[in-house]
Amino acid sequence: MRISTFFYTIKQGIINIFRNKWFSLASIATISACLFLFGLFYSILMNVQSIVKNAQEGVSVTVFFDEGISDERIREIGEEIDKRPEVSKKVFVSADEAWESFKEEYLGEYSDGFTENPLENSANYQIYMNDVSMQPALVSFLEGLDGIREVNRSEITAASLSGINALIAYVSIGIIAILFAVSIFLISNTVTIGISVRKEEITIMKYIGATDFFVRAPFVIEGMLIGTIGALIPIGIIYVIYNQVIEYIMSRFSTLQKILTFVSVNSIFSQLLPISLIMGIGIGFLGSIITVRKHLRV
Amino acid sequence: MAKELRGRKKKNISGDEIITMNNVSKAYATGAPALNGVDLHIKKGEFVFIVGDSGSGKSTLIKLLLRELVPTSGEINVMGYDLIRIRHRKIPKFRRNLGIVFQDFRLLKDRNVYENVAFAQRIIQMPGKEIKRNVPSILATVGLAGKYKAKPRQLSGGEQQRVAIARALVNRPSILLADEPTGNLDPKNSWEIMKLLEQINENGTTVLVVTHNREIVNAMQKRVITMKKGVVVSDEEKGGYIDDED
Repeated sequence: MRISTFFYTIKQGIINIFRNKWFSLASIATISACLFLFGLFYSILMNVQSIVKNAQEGVSVTVFFDEGISDERIREIGEEIDKRPEVSKKVFVSADEAWESFKEEYLGEYSDGFTENPLENSANYQIYMNDVSMQPALVSFLEGLDGIREVNRSEITAASLSGINALIAYVSIGIIAILFAVSIFLISNTVTIGISVRKEEITIMKYIGATDFFVRAPFVIEGMLIGTIGALIPIGIIYVIYNQVIEYIMSRFSTLQKILTFVSVNSIFSQLLPISLIMGIGIGFLGSIITVRKHLRV
Repeated sequence: MAKELRGRKKKNISGDEIITMNNVSKAYATGAPALNGVDLHIKKGEFVFIVGDSGSGKSTLIKLLLRELVPTSGEINVMGYDLIRIRHRKIPKFRRNLGIVFQDFRLLKDRNVYENVAFAQRIIQMPGKEIKRNVPSILATVGLAGKYKAKPRQLSGGEQQRVAIARALVNRPSILLADEPTGNLDPKNSWEIMKLLEQINENGTTVLVVTHNREIVNAMQKRVITMKKGVVVSDEEKGGYIDDED
């Protein structure tokens, strides 16, 4: 394709948008609404995921050993734990360390009365997992090992955490799918009107010997431009309000500050921007190419 | 059947024939056939009138030559393109060798004279530099050099038809098809358009004019093909307009 043809096609695409302003605006608005909701759910999802991940990282399984176990056996158990795929990190806590941390946490200055370590048998491994859902498998493995007295599992269950994630994901997918269909339908309508407005011109083009590509390209460009604009608007809006919303939540519910860490606007947008753009342009492309194929039998 | 037709095609196409129709029929879903066994042989550089009343099959003939329609049976060859077997994606390339002028001009109303003509060049993806050279030159040929900025509604009918002719010629077609080019014009403008078409023909372009205009046909003394009810009823060199006896 010649450069002049390329620019001609782009120019005609832009002219098409302005020729039927209202339909173009309606299409842009729908895509914007669609991608705004997408961006909203995406941001929420990213934050929930990040919060869940933080929570999961704190989830650990603790194993206590049989009384009088040898240091040798403890090391062997440690090696076996390291081999497990579920394990991301393992920390050995000796009896003395366990007592120290207990004192610090619960007794403070009242601990002076103890001369011996009351937690003599409390040496343990704290095991952190790659994924909380792996907890049951790991626990049953640990319980089967020789020299293990007790396995303490975490209170947080895998099911509840991944359940929230899945619910949000499904609801977003559902809503976005509906909006996608509406967007494609509206773009298709806009392009159909564009085609009927230019029917005369298209007929002349065909008589003069325009290729299918040359006749169709401006309409596809029109759809893609509408998609691009429809993607950029919600991205801009979400960018502006994202930080404000987080600030508001933090100031209103200051207790949350300790538990929740929100994902920074930049790390959300490094993914949301390209995804939204691709979706916007994709919707525009799909909507127009379907219509052009249907209505432009050239 | 196909074999037989192919053989006939070879036999009937001589070297300087630019349009060949052999036994072409076209039937639509309803009613009598629009064309019935038409044979047409036009040589390079000819000026031919096709005359006939409405319903005679002229429009169908033009549509077949443009490959807008495919005949029900028969063979059509235009400039070496077999219009029965031509592939869909080759049609644009074929049409670039044809210039077409309509009764209602079919100009783009939102664009000026220059843009209307340049449009034809853009479609065939002519480089911008060439367009800037070719368009003024062709506008001068049709006598509209001074009006390149005017919009179609600011022009007279005759001037609009000149723009349409310029648009049809700018891509240097081998054949110019004019479908009732004077149908919407007064006698003076009709004559001017016909003189222009004659001049174009003298420069080497084959010209086919479908018309109702008796005086012009009779005065110009060109080859006249008369059609009636889908059949060629007469084909005369230096012919005249044959009146319908019905």
